[in-house]
Amino acid sequence: MSPPLLGIEGHNQANVSPMASSSSTDCVSQNVSCLKERNYLGLSDCSSVDSSTVMLTVPADPKSNLNLKATELRLGLPGSHSPGRESEFSPLIDEKQLFPLIPSKDGIFSSGNKRGFADTVNAFSSRPAGTHTKTEVASQECNNNKINGSNISSAPSAKAQVVGWPPIRSFRKNTLATTSKKNDDVIFVKVSMDGAPYLRKVDLRTCATYQELSSALEKMFSCFTIGQCGPEGAPSREVLSESKLRDILHGSEYVLTYEDKDGDWMLVGDVPWDIDYVTDNCCCLRMFISSCKRLKIMKGSDAIGLAPRALEKSKNRN
Amino acid sequence: MCLFRDMMSYFPEEVLEHVFDFLTSHRDRNAVSLVCKSWYSLERFSREKVFIGNCYAVNPERLIARFPRVRSLTLKGKPHFADFNLVPHDWGGDVYPWIEAMTKNGINLEELRLKRMLVSDESLELLAKSFPNFKSLVLVSCEGFTTDGLAAIASNCRFLRELDLQENEVDDRKGHWLSCFPDSCTSLVSLNFACLKGEVNVAALERLVARCHNLRSLRVNHAVPLEALQKILVKAPQINDLGTGSFVHDPDSETSKKMKNTLENCKSVRSLSGFLDVNPHCLPAVYPICTDLTSLNLSYAPGIYSNELIKLICHCKKLERLWILDTIGDKGLGAVASTCKELQELRVFPSDLYGADNAAAVTEEGLVSISAGCPKLNSLLYFCQQMTNAALITVAKNCPNFIRFRLCTLNPVIPDAVTNLPLDEGFGAIVQSCKGLKRLSVSGRLTDQVFLYIGMYAEQLEMLSIAFAGDSDKGMLYVLNGCKKLKKLEIRDSPFGNAALLSDMGKYETMRSLWMSSCEVTYGACKTLAEKMPTLNVEIINEGEDQVEASSSPDARHRVEKMYLYRTLVGPRRDAPDFVWTL
Repeated sequence: MSPPLLGIEGHNQANVSPMASSSSTDCVSQNVSCLKERNYLGLSDCSSVDSSTVMLTVPADPKSNLNLKATELRLGLPGSHSPGRESEFSPLIDEKQLFPLIPSKDGIFSSGNKRGFADTVNAFSSRPAGTHTKTEVASQECNNNKINGSNISSAPSAKAQVVGWPPIRSFRKNTLATTSKKNDDVIFVKVSMDGAPYLRKVDLRTCATYQELSSALEKMFSCFTIGQCGPEGAPSREVLSESKLRDILHGSEYVLTYEDKDGDWMLVGDVPWDIDYVTDNCCCLRMFISSCKRLKIMKGSDAIGLAPRALEKSKNRN
Repeated sequence: MCLFRDMMSYFPEEVLEHVFDFLTSHRDRNAVSLVCKSWYSLERFSREKVFIGNCYAVNPERLIARFPRVRSLTLKGKPHFADFNLVPHDWGGDVYPWIEAMTKNGINLEELRLKRMLVSDESLELLAKSFPNFKSLVLVSCEGFTTDGLAAIASNCRFLRELDLQENEVDDRKGHWLSCFPDSCTSLVSLNFACLKGEVNVAALERLVARCHNLRSLRVNHAVPLEALQKILVKAPQINDLGTGSFVHDPDSETSKKMKNTLENCKSVRSLSGFLDVNPHCLPAVYPICTDLTSLNLSYAPGIYSNELIKLICHCKKLERLWILDTIGDKGLGAVASTCKELQELRVFPSDLYGADNAAAVTEEGLVSISAGCPKLNSLLYFCQQMTNAALITVAKNCPNFIRFRLCTLNPVIPDAVTNLPLDEGFGAIVQSCKGLKRLSVSGRLTDQVFLYIGMYAEQLEMLSIAFAGDSDKGMLYVLNGCKKLKKLEIRDSPFGNAALLSDMGKYETMRSLWMSSCEVTYGACKTLAEKMPTLNVEIINEGEDQVEASSSPDARHRVEKMYLYRTLVGPRRDAPDFVWTL
């Protein structure tokens, strides 16, 4: 342990009273402007301490006649004792009341200054709720349940949480909760193309429409496309027009299909992707994204029966 | 003595007034007004800016009586811990009585800055209609109003220069408040509506920006997409402070290229924030403005991983202020340390509040690298997974200039990660080394020892926040006795009780306020304090399971869950709700 900063280390073992008086002198010289002398080293009555700090213990109190040792709550496995507890920091009042994180019944946890070795780090996360602590069940929906006593329900996360900790503004907390939820979902699916030497992966969440998906795939596989996409032929075009789709289908003869949850190969585009704002039909959005397991760009000749329908569908969409 | 008196009356009042004009700090003005009666009188008629740190310390009538020429008013309402849901919403801090009183007394109000106050639409409407020269409205962490109130401000304040909304809870009424700015409004210098959740009329915004040639600061909300922002910025290349909305687009698209070009044209941007929704691949568009950037706030932009952040920050060599999420990691902080040599303020916020142990969180390593690389650092807010005494001692050596030092371990009682000892020595080193420290928040496993150090060394300390710390009353006593300049003390979940509370009751008259929640003070002690100190309001916030019947007098030994006391000139407040008892 690094030595205390006070520089009066040498007095550690000495009689405490001179230390108290010298400190109060220091006090006086510092506090010229105040009306009365303040002795911030605390009460003058003290017993000698063999600890390595300069802290003075408080005088014996009638309450200390209670068998504090028996009621001492400590951290660690039942039956284990951390060394040197008796001489230090004997508290005046029942520890249970001192430290609010202590549960009412369990004897596992102790007050702050009596932590066992490795348990301290885990103590906060694994303890049940204390009598005086209101805990908050951690969840994405931000339940603000105040739970008292030891009847905490199992939180979804490993840690039980305390109201107002960590101390960040509720505005920030709420904002981050919604945005991180959005960013959590990434849906990568494999995309294979007939004749291409390797597969690619695309994040369905980055696309909002089938057109975006098509253009993204087009960019990925442009080097493999046989034949041109029409007079412009520029792969950076964002909008997939009807003519272009036709060109792709007839020119390069490729069709986009996907494998759904049942393992069947479906033509991409049957299920509406767009959220219908009028009817708020957002379940459709999830239908394609959630059912698509992988994508495949097939040769048009293999999908020859499906091609006209795809064209019709794109016509309706535009 | 005679000579002195003659010298005092040598200067005519006009001269003294002119001299006072140069005093802008309210503390200086307060000091000046204490010199003598004539100076008091002169000063009060010339003061235009008034700062009231606790709206219940005085009342509107006293404000107006003393400063009849007030033009700018700053008010703070709820105690700081209200930010963390420890204070019920309807506790108080309503601004309406202030606006009403100023209206009735013909005050020529031009500027109103509120923090943690209750602001209703009625207040905003009254404000907008009563003060023809009103220029500046700044609301920080306020609540109670909707976009209808904003519409009233927009419609009626003909010379509005500043509308700055920071982190307020605003009810969105889906009206087009932005469209309420009349075509004649060309005076806007600063517009910040980043905290609004709803849609805005982007076309109206574009027209507004186009006609406000003096616009220097623009912070939009998430509903303004990148394409729209780009078009707006074309009209405002003089902009100084930019807050983007949603920064999502296909990075290879025309729009993204246009954005990069537009930003290259905005040569005055020194402050950048927003990115409320962001596609990290679009970030290179902002590289052109990074070279001269002095302030960067990415703390609302989750989903940017450490590598992308590092790439961005490597361009920002002149950065003085950085607000970021802990996704930057220790490695990212190392990059900041090597790049941002001018850094003065750093805030690292936690990104993952609900999950299990966050692997991306920062530790003491990141802080140590920052302290080594950024010697000008003077303000810190650091949420970390763990900390050590050794690290804090090193930080204290490297950066003796801290004015604000707030450390928050995600586990509030975690000890030194290496030695398992309390973090007393680390914080002790900080207060001993940083002689100018004014604000301190401690966390982690702490005993009374750390408070001894604070009492001994933190001579300039004005605000101290304590949570889950200390062993006995001595801890609090060390602080109360030692920190002469203490103004605000807030304590939660710590074993401090009546002995500490009552040992020096006069001390609280020298402070703005004291908050104690989930400590060991009892009802009886609070009552004693209230009786002995009539210049203090001792409020008990009584809610939830602790609720005691109003009719019955609670047991003196009953522990008080939440106590907030503050000095006041005007006695118990009359707007306290039922669950708040002023003893």
